[in-house]
Amino acid sequence: MSGSGGDMQWCFSQVKGAIDDDVAEADIISTVEFNHTGELLATGDKGGRVVIFQQEIENKNQPQFRSEYNVYSTFQSHEPEFDYLKSLEIEEKINKIRWLPQKNAAQFLLSTNDKTIKLWKISERDKRPEGYNLKEEDGRYKDPNAISGLRVPVLIPMDLMVEASPRRVFANAHTYHINSISVNSDDETYLSADDLRINLWNLEITDRSFNIVDIKPANMEELTEVITAAEFHPLQCNTFVYSSSKGTIRLCDMRASALCDRHSKLFEEPEDPSNRSFFSEIISSISDVKFSHNGRYMMTRDYLSVKIWDLNMENRPVETYQVHEYLRSKLCSLYENDCIFDKFECCWNGNDSVVMTGSYNNFFRMFDRGQRRDMTLEASRENSKPMQVLKTRKVCAGGKRKKDEISVDSLDFNKKILHTAWHPQDNIIAVATTHNLYIFQDKVN
Amino acid sequence: MTASVDMGVQDKMINPEKSEEAKLKARYPNLGNKPGGSDLLRKRLQKGQKYFDSGDYNMAKAKIKNKQLPTAAAPEKTEITGDHIPTPQDLPQRKPSLVASKLAG
Repeated sequence: MSGSGGDMQWCFSQVKGAIDDDVAEADIISTVEFNHTGELLATGDKGGRVVIFQQEIENKNQPQFRSEYNVYSTFQSHEPEFDYLKSLEIEEKINKIRWLPQKNAAQFLLSTNDKTIKLWKISERDKRPEGYNLKEEDGRYKDPNAISGLRVPVLIPMDLMVEASPRRVFANAHTYHINSISVNSDDETYLSADDLRINLWNLEITDRSFNIVDIKPANMEELTEVITAAEFHPLQCNTFVYSSSKGTIRLCDMRASALCDRHSKLFEEPEDPSNRSFFSEIISSISDVKFSHNGRYMMTRDYLSVKIWDLNMENRPVETYQVHEYLRSKLCSLYENDCIFDKFECCWNGNDSVVMTGSYNNFFRMFDRGQRRDMTLEASRENSKPMQVLKTRKVCAGGKRKKDEISVDSLDFNKKILHTAWHPQDNIIAVATTHNLYIFQDKVN
Repeated sequence: MTASVDMGVQDKMINPEKSEEAKLKARYPNLGNKPGGSDLLRKRLQKGQKYFDSGDYNMAKAKIKNKQLPTAAAPEKTEITGDHIPTPQDLPQRKPSLVASKLAG
């Protein structure tokens, strides 16, 4: 039942969101994240809203269970602001959501836009007090002269209400645009990264943050690379990594010094200089970095591939998977339509045996590390009958196109899957197309 | 003549990236030689539309909101922003109610 590499057969489970015509720009999904148990699934969108779904399981005790994610809570996390100094708009788009491990009855998550991080508390209320002495049931105050007795108010059950309230607002610490947040395993701190700097926060303290990485050059004309993603190690609270637009990853140890400008490890794959082209640096830019759950590996996503790195080996990745190599001969048009700058994310399954990432035409790809197999699947309304098994898809790079294959020139580059998430324990995945959220489940589950 | 055509095809097979680069340079001869250089990065650092000031920004926002709501403002209301200095009467009196996400629908 837990995410083994095995023979995965993915079935459609649910799709959320409007049918194509009725969509606004605010509905574009910008982040998807399961919480640590997988019971809750959060999405953020361009309109600054967060929607949280809760899993409800049928036949919980049987090996073949069916689960469904239903709306649990929704709230407006961020609103558009205006930066008066720069005369620029600050978008309300939610760039990232990260859940905190659950410590009490309430759930907590961090959500961030380009400039401000907020800590949200999501709590349930299923009782309300009744029988006040001084107030009527509707809240109006009683006439004090009419009160003749004294009673103890009681708590009576009520329909479940889920409330979201902002508990902390971490603002004014980033000059550039925040691309990542990551909660530390110490349960006390988290980091936030923008294009040039990384800050360390205490979850309780909003008026102070420590700068731990600063790659801003004294002269901005000398700028050669920016930070693209950052993440804390899942187990070692002193370790974090950050990736760059030049395709490198730096691992830093906070015990070494207060300012981690000097890395402890630098991960970079050597490039054959004779293969270098105008596009080389752009397509080597890392759009996402994720540690494996066991903390021994990290995965990076660049434009055309997914790479798995062993933390003990800096000079090259241990595994490289081609996501859509057929796009290498289309780079000119992809540069012209800006698609070459699309930032795809990637994720691990629960036991680190399979990795997943998105592509174009609403395709997404899975790579089974142990079985050395890869799969291309599609998130589309046509394959959305309940428990319908997804057929694998194939792109024909050139030459004769076989039946059921799709040619590179027919791919829809507006249909991109940038955000995917894998349930931490089971083979349940959440795949976001531009406006819809698809949930798929492994048949064996 | 034939020999150079064959070479071209072979080149494309060996290095599709280089042939794509040649295509791009043919279309944009003024393209700089430092693709990942500071120009690109600096454009990236400053994303977002610049407004003249906060009045211009609020007028633009009001115009978008009026377009989205089916009960649009009366026809005689000014549609253009940046054309005149906004007065308090021109700005929306209160924030319109927020629309819920369609994922929660």
